[in-house]
Amino acid sequence: MLANYGYKDGSGEYFIAIDTEKCNGCGACVTACPMGLFEVVADPFDPLAENQIAVVKEEHRKKLKYSCAPCKPTGERPPLPCVMSCQPTAIAHSW
Amino acid sequence: MAEATLTAPKREYWRWKEYNWRDESLDWRQANVISVGIDVGSVSSQAVVLCDGKLFAYSSLRTGSNSPTSAQKALESALQETGLPREKIQYIVATGYGRVNIPFAQKAITEIACHARGANFIYGPSVRTVLDMGGQDCKAIRCDERGKVTNFLMNDKCAAGTGRGMEVMAELLQVPIEEVGSASLSPPEEPPPVSSTCVVFAKSEALGLLRQNWSKEKVLAAFCLAMAHRTVELLSRIGVEKDFAITGGISKNVGIVKRIEAELGIQALKPTIDPQIAGALGAALFAKALYEKEGAGKASSGG
Amino acid sequence: MITAGIDGGARTIKVLILQDGKVLAKSSSVTGFDQEASVAQAFQSALQQAGLEREQLQHTTATGIGRKVLRTASMAQSEVTEMSADAKAAVFLFPSVRTVIDVGAEEGRAIRCEPDGRVKDFAVNEKCAAGAGTFVETMARTLEIQLEEAGALSLKAEKVIPMNAQCAVFAESEVVSLIHSGAAKEEIIRAVHEAMADRISAMARRVGVEREVVLVGGVGRDIGFIQALTGKLEMELLVPEEPEYVGALGAALIAAERASSQGG
Repeated sequence: MLANYGYKDGSGEYFIAIDTEKCNGCGACVTACPMGLFEVVADPFDPLAENQIAVVKEEHRKKLKYSCAPCKPTGERPPLPCVMSCQPTAIAHSW
Repeated sequence: MAEATLTAPKREYWRWKEYNWRDESLDWRQANVISVGIDVGSVSSQAVVLCDGKLFAYSSLRTGSNSPTSAQKALESALQETGLPREKIQYIVATGYGRVNIPFAQKAITEIACHARGANFIYGPSVRTVLDMGGQDCKAIRCDERGKVTNFLMNDKCAAGTGRGMEVMAELLQVPIEEVGSASLSPPEEPPPVSSTCVVFAKSEALGLLRQNWSKEKVLAAFCLAMAHRTVELLSRIGVEKDFAITGGISKNVGIVKRIEAELGIQALKPTIDPQIAGALGAALFAKALYEKEGAGKASSGG
Repeated sequence: MITAGIDGGARTIKVLILQDGKVLAKSSSVTGFDQEASVAQAFQSALQQAGLEREQLQHTTATGIGRKVLRTASMAQSEVTEMSADAKAAVFLFPSVRTVIDVGAEEGRAIRCEPDGRVKDFAVNEKCAAGAGTFVETMARTLEIQLEEAGALSLKAEKVIPMNAQCAVFAESEVVSLIHSGAAKEEIIRAVHEAMADRISAMARRVGVEREVVLVGGVGRDIGFIQALTGKLEMELLVPEEPEYVGALGAALIAAERASSQGG
């Protein structure tokens, strides 16, 4: 499953997509993100499955543009820590 | 002033009618598994009762200030005149915005999962894309033939593209909300869409258009067109595959539905069961599956 | 040399007349539906104050949203971006400034600038009311307080309550339910200021906040917002006396540069 967390408002689209087919629930993103955006929980979108997956915490879903701002300076942009930390390449940003 | 604009009793434009329904041909005494799903939304709450996975009864009520009470009332309303006592219910799943606060539910499940599952029941296994436009959010879900979510997004950050955004515009133009859709289709030609996405800015833009002597209907057409376009853009993130269904309060607005269909070039499915109960129905289906999975001994109604 | 700067904001149009680095006059008018009339009004009043005739202006530069329309309406010789105007004026007013935060009615901007007032980098919040002055204005209306009193009221708050909504429309409902739950007006307006400051400070950090930092734009008059932003950025902010005229001042300064490079 492709879980898109975030929103679109007048200023643009801000989504973090987590591919749950790829995510192994390792939790590397949880420690990599300086803002603590991620957590690993039982798959909330498939209550009959038993696997653990990474999700974007509820409290950040409506303000990703701001939560992610420290990792997205206007000048030269280093690779995103969450994306870099994810070995199975399950995380992608839309902006 | 705020009295009139804000704190006056909220007119529930989309889901103002409370109702319940039951299938009198079904006898709950014959059922092996009686499962319940309750969807506590920000505006309305629904309860669905299933007997062995068959739709037995449901209700839809206004959500009050307290989630557990609203859930309780919805369940009572669904059970009304069915003769089914509470203790016969084997498993209750709660979903929706207020799902985590329901003490008598065995489990809380996200509305995305429940919605997909419910839509699969309502529209049949061919449904692949569900667009739910609610009072305060917009969800776009892709699912497989079993109603399992394969791709989704949910926007509850921004009022544009939700019932609330439509409500603001209806209030501004003083057009009853249930007439917005047909009124927006009455101008002979489509005007250019409103350029602001943000509802606050769209409001000022609409005022400007009225000053240029646009009719209310023309302004509504411009607003609905922009909202439909924005929704299609949002849908493109997950991709639209047939069959396609639109649920939620805005599905009753022809001005939005027709424009979305036109832009996508796809007709939305016509439901045979009230799509308003999709979330609660999905929750009840999960309740049945969880009851069977966890075993009859472990699960029991919390009373 | 006498030049003018005209700044078209979402809410007001500002005109400023400058003579050799000295402000001669400034005037503003509400941005109406007839923009040309609004421009003419602000211009006339500024010229009158300065006791000048239109012909005595050597160069006029337009900035702000709709600056193309403004340029025609005001017969300006040139135009400049809001970022360039802000940076130029900020460094003119406070030479040590390296970061400008401009919060107007409908837009928020953060600009990093060079010591000579050129733009190094910028970030913008636009097209969403949650990221600009309209947000505070809408919430003040819901609270039935004047925008001018919002700042002082906010400073009286004894505790900070959280605000969850990230949309002006949803925040309005949240404010209404906070009122119903018995929260004090000063705490609610403080929550509004804190929420705004969260968004503006995150935007500012994208350009890198380098001292000194100046806050300009109409929201710079709101002491509640200034305090909240100071807290988030953990540094003192410089605020000019009339923060809403900074864009027009920058445009007038740039007009002067352009006039002299053209040989008067």
